[in-house]
Amino acid sequence: MGVFAMPSLGADMEAGTLVEWLVKPGDKVHRGDVVAVVETQKGAIEIEIFEDGTVQEILAELGSELPVGAPLAVVLAEGNAPPAAAEAPEPALPSQPPTDAPDAAPSPARPPAPRPAPPPATDRPRASPAARQRADALGVDISTLRGSGPGGAILLADVEHAAPGRPAAKPSPIEEMRKAIAAAMTRAKRTIPHFYLSETIDVDPAIAFLEDRNAGLPPDQRILLGALFVRAATLAAAKVKVMNGHYIEDRGFVPSEAVNTGVAIALRSGGLVAPALMDAGSMTLAETMAGMRDLVTRTRAGRLRGSEMTEGTITVSSLGETGAEAMTGVIFPPQVALVGIGAPHLRPWVVEDAVVPRHVVTLTLSADHRVSDGRQAARFIAVFEDLMKRPEDL
Amino acid sequence: MTAADYRAIFLAELCRIAPDIDPETVGDGDHIQDDLGLDSMDVLNLVVALHDRLGVDIPEKDYPQIATPTLASDYLSRNV
Repeated sequence: MGVFAMPSLGADMEAGTLVEWLVKPGDKVHRGDVVAVVETQKGAIEIEIFEDGTVQEILAELGSELPVGAPLAVVLAEGNAPPAAAEAPEPALPSQPPTDAPDAAPSPARPPAPRPAPPPATDRPRASPAARQRADALGVDISTLRGSGPGGAILLADVEHAAPGRPAAKPSPIEEMRKAIAAAMTRAKRTIPHFYLSETIDVDPAIAFLEDRNAGLPPDQRILLGALFVRAATLAAAKVKVMNGHYIEDRGFVPSEAVNTGVAIALRSGGLVAPALMDAGSMTLAETMAGMRDLVTRTRAGRLRGSEMTEGTITVSSLGETGAEAMTGVIFPPQVALVGIGAPHLRPWVVEDAVVPRHVVTLTLSADHRVSDGRQAARFIAVFEDLMKRPEDL
Repeated sequence: MTAADYRAIFLAELCRIAPDIDPETVGDGDHIQDDLGLDSMDVLNLVVALHDRLGVDIPEKDYPQIATPTLASDYLSRNV
């Protein structure tokens, strides 16, 4: 038997609000299954379970804000007997939720009936079950709200903001995200001795390769330059292993076998997230592109997974197709390197003793000096640049 | 279908791939990247969505012709 606890979904996370259960007592679960949704400063995150078993008991109530490590559910491992305390295990019945509310605020009326998994929303506004529950309790008409969550979803905090006669005690989700970014970036700049190496790279071969490749293909098979960058950075990280992993305070650098490449995605409402493309090292270029499209779509819809938020091993932040030419980025802790790529610019470039117009990008590698030195950073950039010269090998 | 129908479809798909955009606030001349903040992945997702819904295959060189609702409804009227 094990207690499934509130996971940490980032170095700066202290607590999360449970907004949806996707399992109920009696359900079988497998390692990697998404079992619940938690609202954090970085939006709604799907959390996964890391063992096989059967859900014995749900301990945490919807809508409650719980610290990292708080018990959420009891999960019975395969082949284990239920604990003696549960004399007559009736897995179909939900347990009585704990009565000690984590804060002194009066908790909303408990729902009268057990809550089965809610039916998929049809034409109703997108909102978490906890937000709906709170809206009912506070008398807020949810259809009049405009969600501020990723994907426009209505969050618990939006409901609380809209509640009549309630002081807006809690900052909005956008302010919350700003605070989360502030905490992570301050920690990065305070604890990671960054150093930076830059190189300007001719991307005309890559652009020509993509134009040629994409011309005959339907839209869903086209590949963007950004996917080549992510693929090249992934292969470079697999080669220069000292850029790929985590730095843990009391253990030092812990390299990672897998390359889980984080992709920085800017949100229109402000802020950004950098979910990881899990095991990008084993993907083809087409799979990398498909994975990035999926990550962007789920980021916009507010449906990222906990593992994607915490298990990135290096991050790529690309400014896209227009905009500034270079970026010196801040490493996303506990990672040890970040690849910043500016937008392509047309510049005079020397090719075989002649000056010709070429599209170039400036790559800036930010690296952790506790873990690596200039030589290794230069090697990473050389591998990346070489791959951009022969994009057909990516 | 009329240009207005295409405009409505374009806006619906635009707001599906970018759910934080309120369709009522989108102007006819708003540029999907410069004004509405779509990135290149969002634009590709929009092109895929239009392809799935209307069967229109918009090549990359034509992307500037769907950059605003007005341009897009005109382009879709001519090419669907």
